[in-house]
Amino acid sequence: MKTPQKTPLSHIRNFSIVAHIDHGKSTLADRLIQMTGALGEREMKDQILDSMDIERERGITIKAQTVRLEYTHTDGEHYVLNLIDTPGHVDFAYEVNRSLAACEGSLLVVDAAQGVEAQTLANVYHAIEVNHEIVPVLNKIDLPAAEPERVKQQIEDVIGIDASDSVEISAKSGIGVEKVLEAIVERLPAPKGDEKAPLKALLVDSWYDLYLGVVVLIRVIDGRIRKGQKIRMMQAGASYELDRVGVFTPKLVEVGELGPGEIGFFTASIKEVADTNVGDTITDDRHPTEKPLAGFRPAQPVVFCGLFPVDASDFDDLRAAMGKLRLNDASFSFEMETSAALGFGFRCGFLGLLHLEIIQERLSREFNLDLITTAPSVVYDVVLTNGETLQLHNPADLPDPVKIEEIHEPWIKATILTPDEYLGAILKLCQERRGIQTNLSYVGQRAMVEYDLPLNEVVFDFYDRLKSISKGYASFDYQIADYRAGDLVKMSILVNAEPVDALSMLVHRSQAEHRGRQMCEKLKELIPPHLFTIPVQAAIGGRVIARETVRAMRKDVTAKCYGGDATRKRKLLEKQKEGKKRMRQFGKVEIPQEAFIKALRMGDD
Amino acid sequence: MSANSAFGVYIHWPFCAAKCPYCDFNSHVHHGAFDEVSFVEAYTKEIATTAARAPDRLVQSIFFGGGTPSLMNPASVEAILDAVARHWPVADNAEITLEANPTSVEAERFRGYRAAGVNRVSLGVQSLRPEPLARLGRLHSVEDAVAAVRLAQEIFPRSSFDIIYARPEQTLGEWEEELTDALALSAGHLSLYQLTIEQGTRYFDLFHAGKLKMPSEDLSADMFEMTQDLTASYGLPAYEISNHARPGQESRHNLTYWRYGEYAGIGPGAHGRLLINGARHATAAEKMPFKWWEKVMEKGDGLEVDDLLTWDEEGDEYLVMGLRLREGIDPNRYAALSRRSLAASQIDYLKDIGFIETLPNGRLRVTDKGWPVLDAVVADLAA
Repeated sequence: MKTPQKTPLSHIRNFSIVAHIDHGKSTLADRLIQMTGALGEREMKDQILDSMDIERERGITIKAQTVRLEYTHTDGEHYVLNLIDTPGHVDFAYEVNRSLAACEGSLLVVDAAQGVEAQTLANVYHAIEVNHEIVPVLNKIDLPAAEPERVKQQIEDVIGIDASDSVEISAKSGIGVEKVLEAIVERLPAPKGDEKAPLKALLVDSWYDLYLGVVVLIRVIDGRIRKGQKIRMMQAGASYELDRVGVFTPKLVEVGELGPGEIGFFTASIKEVADTNVGDTITDDRHPTEKPLAGFRPAQPVVFCGLFPVDASDFDDLRAAMGKLRLNDASFSFEMETSAALGFGFRCGFLGLLHLEIIQERLSREFNLDLITTAPSVVYDVVLTNGETLQLHNPADLPDPVKIEEIHEPWIKATILTPDEYLGAILKLCQERRGIQTNLSYVGQRAMVEYDLPLNEVVFDFYDRLKSISKGYASFDYQIADYRAGDLVKMSILVNAEPVDALSMLVHRSQAEHRGRQMCEKLKELIPPHLFTIPVQAAIGGRVIARETVRAMRKDVTAKCYGGDATRKRKLLEKQKEGKKRMRQFGKVEIPQEAFIKALRMGDD
Repeated sequence: MSANSAFGVYIHWPFCAAKCPYCDFNSHVHHGAFDEVSFVEAYTKEIATTAARAPDRLVQSIFFGGGTPSLMNPASVEAILDAVARHWPVADNAEITLEANPTSVEAERFRGYRAAGVNRVSLGVQSLRPEPLARLGRLHSVEDAVAAVRLAQEIFPRSSFDIIYARPEQTLGEWEEELTDALALSAGHLSLYQLTIEQGTRYFDLFHAGKLKMPSEDLSADMFEMTQDLTASYGLPAYEISNHARPGQESRHNLTYWRYGEYAGIGPGAHGRLLINGARHATAAEKMPFKWWEKVMEKGDGLEVDDLLTWDEEGDEYLVMGLRLREGIDPNRYAALSRRSLAASQIDYLKDIGFIETLPNGRLRVTDKGWPVLDAVVADLAA
C-alpha cells in the first residue's frame, strides 16, 4: 500500500471529457494516461477505459470509469488529475450527469473535420448546467479535411462558448496532447473542500467485481475517508466498515485514505450493487455531516420489450444471466412474463434503444443465449374512467377500451444535425412520425432541426430510417420531455382468427393501417404454407384493418421411394418433427420462431 | 399368414452403363474388366450369412434392383436365385422381379432371365418422348422402349414400367398425352414418379445454378391430380402414392416394404428389416461395390449398419411407409409397434379438414385430398 500522501486542493484537477462517438474521446484518454506514465508501454492497449468487449468494438463507453493521473506541470509542481470518462450516449445521460457532478471542468472534444454533433450538444449542455469550466479541444487536426477555424466558429455559434483558445490536437499521433495537460492545470478550477469538516462524499457509481465484491466510486467533498473507518450511506441508511480505500491509475491501487477533492473507491462488505444508491452521500458514522448532497433522481426505464428464450429450456439460464447483468446495471429492470406465443420470458425495461441493444447483445454474447425480442414499446399512462392511472409496460395488458378515459404517451425533444442536402427527407420523416417542429437553424453547411416527437414513433425504426436517408451523416439526440394525450389504439394481429399476443402493439390511429398492412405482409411471407389457408389480419377492436392470406400447401410428397430404405424416410420424418419443435402453436397454425424474430425486428421496412 | 409376415429378398446390383443426371441411388459405372463370377460369389455368400441369422422364412418375393440388374449375365441371376433357394424355402408362386433398362442389348437377355426364374420385369422407360429421354440421360430411344415393353409383356407373366413426370418445362397437356400413351402400352402396372431434385446429382447442381426450370407447386399438384384421375379411368388406380396397378397386379415385393414386413437386403448399399429374437433390425450394407465385396469375402456379409430400432422408430417407419398405400395403416398395429396410440386430437383434426379417413375395416388412410400433401399429413399425425 502506498503511504497516504496528501495532495493540496490547489494541486488537484477533476475533469471529464465530453465528445460525440468517434470524435476521439477514448484515444485522447489513452494518450493522457500514456503521457503521464500511468501505465507502461506493455500495459497499454487501445481504449483502456472501455473495458467491456462491446465498448471497445462499438467505440462507445457504457460505464463511467475513472483514472488518476500524476502530472508534473511546466511550473515544476506536481499535480493530481482525475479523469472521469463518461458515456456519450443519451441512453446513459444519468451516468453522464453524475460523472459531471464529481468534476469541476470538462474537455469538449470535437472532430475538427466533422464539427459539432447532436450528441455533443446534449452533453455539453449538461456540463454547462453543472457550472463546469469548459476547454474546447479540436481533435484530428492533422486530417486533410480538418477545418479548425470553421469548427471553432460553429462551437461559438451553436454552443455559445468562447472557442478562440481551443487546444488543437491529434490524439492519434500525439500532436498537442501536452497542451491539453497544461490547459487542464491552467484553465480548470481546483476543487474546494474542507479537510477538517466531517466526511462528506458523493457516491458516483458502483459495480460488482468478482474478486472485491461491490466497488464504490466516490468523490470526496469534505473531510477524509480511510481504511477501517465506519461510514454511513445517508440515503440508504446503512453503515459499513471500509475494507479498502484506493484509486485507479487505471490499475487499482490501495492508498489507505482520500481527502477533499479526490476521486477514488472503497470496498466494504456490501453484497449487491442494489444496496448502493448512486448520488447518495457518504459520511462518517459517528460524526456525520449535517447536510447531505442533493443527490440524483434514479434513472427511469423508458423503453420496454419482452425477451424470450428461443429454447424454452434456457429460461432459467436467462433469468440467471439477467440477474448477473443487473448486478452492474441497476437501470435495467426485468420481471417475468408469459406469452401464449413465446412461452415464458421477461418484460424488460431499458433507458433507451441502445441500452436495449447492448443488454440483448451481452445476453447472447456473454451468456450464449438465443433470444426473441418483442417489438419495443414505451411506458404509457393509461387514465381510467374511474380516475386511476395505470402505467402500461406491455400493450398486451391494455384494459378494455370502455374503461379507458385517455392514454398518455411520452414525448421527446429531439435534436438533429444534418448536412443540408438531407434536410428535406428528414423533415418528411419527422412529419410522418407525428413530429412537431420547434426550431430550424443553420450552422454553416449544416442544418440543426429540433422536433417534439412521440417516443413510440422513435422506438419503432426511426433511428434506422434516419441513418439510411442521411447516408449516416445526420446525428440525433433526444431527451424525454413530457407525457401528452394521444389517439392511441391497440392493434391486434390475428393468425387464423387467433390473436397473437406477442405481436399486438399500441399505435397512433393515423399509423394503424399502414403498420397493420406492413405486419400482415411480413407474416404472409414468414408463415409457411399449411394444409389449409390461413388468414392473417390486423384489427383494432373488432374491426379488421388489414388482411393477407397464406395459401394452403398443395403438394408435399416424396414421390420416389428407394426400395426398402425406410431409414431415409424415417430420418426425414424425424427432421420434420424436430422442425415442429421450433414452431409455436397457435390453434392449428404453427409459426416458426424465426418468423417472430423477423416480424418483430426493428427498422426492417 | 398375415400381410405383414411376408418375407422378401432384395438384391442390389449397383452397376450402370451411365449415371443418369437425376439419380441419387447407389449406382456406379465401372470401367475396364470386371469379374462378374467372383462378384456374384459375394452375393451367394451374403445370402448364406443372412439366412443363418434369419432362418426359416418362406420367401414370397425376390427383387433385383439397382443400378441396372439387366446388365447382369442371366447365369448370375440364376446363381443368385439358386443361392436364395438353397438357404430359404421359396413359395411356389413367389414373385421374382428384375429391373431392366429398355435398350435393345438388354432386351436380348430377357429370355435368359425368364429361364433363370424371373417372372416379372420392371422397365426404366422414364419417358415416351425423345427429347426428354435425352435430357434425362437415358441411353434408349422411344422405339427401343416400346419394343422392350412389348417384348417383356410377351416373355414375362407380369411386367411394369416407370415414367418420370413433372419434368423441367413439361406442360400439363404434354403429360396428359404421354400418360395416355403409357396407359395404352401398359400391361397392368405402372410406376409414375414426379421428378425430385436430389442432393449429389447433376440435376441438383443445375437446379441451384438456375438452369433447370422445375414446374411450380401448383403445376405439379395439377399433374398429380390429373394422373390420379386418368389412371383410375383406365382401370389402373394408384395403390401406392406413385404406383398404379390393375387389381391383382400390384408389386408384392414393394407391398412388403410399405406394409412394413420383413425383408433381407443383399448387395452393396442394400437395406433390410429383419426380426431377430423379437427385435427389429435395420440393416444397410457398405455402398461401394468393391469394398462391399471385400467385406463379404472377409466376414460373410457387407453390413455397415445393423441397428436395433426403438419403438418410436418402428412406429414412425410404419407410418411413413404404410400411409403411402391406398389401403392405409392399421392403428392397432401402429400401437403394437410403437407402444403408444396415435394422438386422437391429431386424428380428429386431420379428419375434420378432410385429409384422412377411417375405413369400415378400421384402417386409417389418407384421402384423395390428403395424398398430394402426404408428407405434411404424416408429420402432423406423428407429431
